[in-house]
This record gives sequence, structure tokens and C-alpha cells, in this order.
Amino acid sequence: MASIKRKDILSLREMDLAEMELILDTAESLREIIDRPIKKVPTLRGKSIITFFHEASTRTRTSFEMAAKYMSADTASIAASTSALVKGESLKDTALTLQAMGADCIVMRHGVSGSCHFLSRLVDAKVINAGDGTHEHPTQGLLDMYTIRKHKGHLDGLKIVIVGDVLHSRVARSDIWGLTKAGAEVSIAGPATLLPEGMREVGVKSHIHLEEALPGADVVYVLRLQRERQSKGLLPSLREYARLYCVNARRLSLAKPDALLMHPGPMNRGVEISSEVADGAQSLIVEQVTSGVAVRMAILYLLLGGASE
Amino acid sequence: MPEAEVSKLGVEVKATIMDREAVRRALFRIAHEIIEHNQGVDNLALVGIRRRGVPLAARLKEIIKEIEGRDVPMGILDITLYRDDLSSRLEQPLVRSTAVPFTLDEIKVILVDDVLYTGRTIRAALDALMDLGRPQSIQLAVLVDRGHRELPIRADYVGKNVPTSRREVVAVRLDEFDGEDAVVIEEYGVLGGEVS
Repeated sequence: MASIKRKDILSLREMDLAEMELILDTAESLREIIDRPIKKVPTLRGKSIITFFHEASTRTRTSFEMAAKYMSADTASIAASTSALVKGESLKDTALTLQAMGADCIVMRHGVSGSCHFLSRLVDAKVINAGDGTHEHPTQGLLDMYTIRKHKGHLDGLKIVIVGDVLHSRVARSDIWGLTKAGAEVSIAGPATLLPEGMREVGVKSHIHLEEALPGADVVYVLRLQRERQSKGLLPSLREYARLYCVNARRLSLAKPDALLMHPGPMNRGVEISSEVADGAQSLIVEQVTSGVAVRMAILYLLLGGASE
Repeated sequence: MPEAEVSKLGVEVKATIMDREAVRRALFRIAHEIIEHNQGVDNLALVGIRRRGVPLAARLKEIIKEIEGRDVPMGILDITLYRDDLSSRLEQPLVRSTAVPFTLDEIKVILVDDVLYTGRTIRAALDALMDLGRPQSIQLAVLVDRGHRELPIRADYVGKNVPTSRREVVAVRLDEFDGEDAVVIEEYGVLGGEVS
């Protein structure tokens, strides 16, 4: 018997290892449902889940919706661009409206860091952070942990190198919190202007030369270069970035021979990752997507499956 | 759902109704009945319900192999996602995996569990099986039928019928989990609530 202790899933920073492991173990049990001819279990029948996305998304939103449907929950989705927000309604009023319609769970992506925490205090519905600004993307962190654990059998002691725009990456933040709590040794590599400060305090080593970071790596995790957040002149040019940091076959060969290659998507092929490795034998990029559905099914089951107080 | 987790509460063992030999003989008889009733083992498969239905199904598989000289496929069913009491329990049961690595279409499925009581576990198992395919038939084998059905469900193969009161707990203990083979009746003291 086990339950998750919290109402919302907002960040991995505030989650302990036991909770994360419960989610990963539950996902492992649910993974098989995705391969069935009839992909449906009745567990969340009668629960309603609203996805509320203020930023573009293909995989995260669809992944949550598929996960909800496989568990028999009802879903509705709102894109900010077609909602009453464009008429000037505040986030608070929109949230209260969704709650008044009987939403049991709101999955939100928003451009402002901390907005999911704000929402969670306003509503009784469970809130799942699907990415808030440059803060966290906890379900991505969990699906990355799940994918790595499935291939390596464990997380503790693994050497994981995160490459690219760590400064703007909520994925990197969630991965760093989750993986370091699980005992992995995480380091980051990228241009000095795109690496955050204070990483040493959380036990993460920073490298500005990718070639120095890669030797001995069990996992090479490539981040998307967030072109939409590059207005401040932190990069001279995409071409220079690609020349120094694009993960290609030559660079990947510096890591362990059985190193895993991951990317949260969407990819800029030829910028942060080359096509030959993205489609190569070491790549788990497509499998990450399937893992995402399993992990989100587990989270929805653990948040919504039991009695509410 | 029949899993006695209550023995820690100072529950009193009233009687042992089956010992190791009785369990063995009951499983042998059930295996013979399954083979006889299905005129062999063609298109037959065993599916054990977690937890204690799983070792029972595995033992039936071994016995059937001894008798007929043929392997019958065996699967494992976790019915957690199909329970009807999820929304009334504060503690959520841990989901474990279902592993039925063969098609159920046109198969005669022998569903195996330790104790048949209210019938709710079996109802959930039937739904779970139907989501995995379209079996030709589903038959139910249990080690103990203790009565008190709440749904119109019956077993095709029964190790032992045991009349019980609702205050009693029928605990099936198996080597694989409990280090012994036995079926005992326990009763709650004043602490007692009703657990299946």
C-alpha cells in the first residue's frame, strides 16, 4: 500500500526520492497497457482533467491527454490563444472558472516561473506543472529518470552529462533535482553565458568545453537550444554554437561505448544534435516519448485514483 | 479481496482447515477436473490473480504437465486498476504489472485465485481479461470457497467449500510467500473490522 503525499506535482525540488520511486515503479507496472490492442483501463472513470497550455506543445500536452484517456478519465484542453485570457481575464479567474466546472485536475504550462504554485493555492483541483517558465518540468524529469533506469537498471552512481542551454531549461532543472536525489553524478556543459551559477552548491560540475565533460559519461542528455529565449545576445550565432556544442558521432564516441543519448524534444537537428546520432543506435529519443505516457499515467493514478480525504 | 494482512493485529487462529497434504491433493484433483472437463489441454491457458493466485496457477501448470506431458501457457493478472473500491480507500493499493504474454482470443482461460468470497475480485478480473482479448471461455478455479457472495459469480473448480461467518478470515498460506502450505481460519477480537 502506498500513496503519494501531496495534492499537486509542482517540482522535483520539493519531492523526496521515495515519492519519485513510487511514481517510477507504478509507471513500470502501467507501461504494458500502451502496447495492448485495447489501450484502456477503467481506473479513472468519471475524473475530469483539463490541460491548460499557455505555450506551444505537441508531446507534453498530447502525452497527458493520451495518458488520461488510457486511464478512462475525461479530458478537455484549452490553449491560451483561444481562451478568454485574450479578452483580459486573469489567470486566477480562469482557474476558478475551470474549477467551477468540476475539474479534478489541471495540467498547466505557463511562461512564468512559479505560476503553477500560484494556481495550486487558488484551486482545490490537483495541479500538475507541465513546465513553468525556466523553473521546472517535473514530469519530464521523471520520464527521463524512468527511461534511464529502464536501460541501466539503476540511477545511483551513473555519470550524466547535460549539454546545452541549461540557463533557460526547466527540463535541466528538473533532471538535476531528480537525478542527483537518486544518487547520479550530474554535470553540465555549454557556453558560459548559458550555464547558471550556483551549480557547485547542488553538487553539479560545470564545463565550458564539451570534450572535457563527455569521457566516462553513461548518459549524454542534449537540451534544445531555445531560440525563442535567445533575444539577449547570449550567443554569437547558431553556427558557432553548433560548431562547439553540437553532439555528433565524434563527440558521442568520447562517452562510454554503451552511453545513452537523450533529448527532450523538439530537436533542432544540426544545431544541438546531429541527425546521425539522433537516429542512431544509442538514441532513446523516441522511447522517451513512450515513457512519458507511462509516467503521466502513473502520476494521474497516484493523484486521482484514491479517495480524496 | 482475499489477502489477510491482519495477523499482526493479534488475530486468533481458530482452526487449520487444510494442511500441506490437503492443499496438494486438492490441486491434483482440480488439475484432473480441468483436463477432464476440457477434454485435454488444447487452447487452454492458466491466469493467476495476484498475489496468491499466481503460485497456485504455477503449481497447476506443473501438475497438468505431469499428467498430460504438455505445457500450458500461464499469465499473471493484477486487478488493482479494475477494483470497485478505489475511490473509497484512503491508502491506494500499489499497482503491479499484468503479464499475459500470449493472445487470449479463442482461448479457454482458467482463472486461478486462492479464496472466493464476495466475488468482487473475480468481477474485476473478468473485466481485466476482457480488455486483453476475447477468450472462448473463462472458468474459475479457487482453493477455497467461503461463501458470502455479493455478485452472481461461482467457481467451476473448488479445492474446499468452507462455511464461514463474516467475522472470520480465511487465510491461505503458501510456501512462496509464507513459508508453509496451509489454509487457516482466523477470527478478529474486539479490534475487528471486516476485511475480506
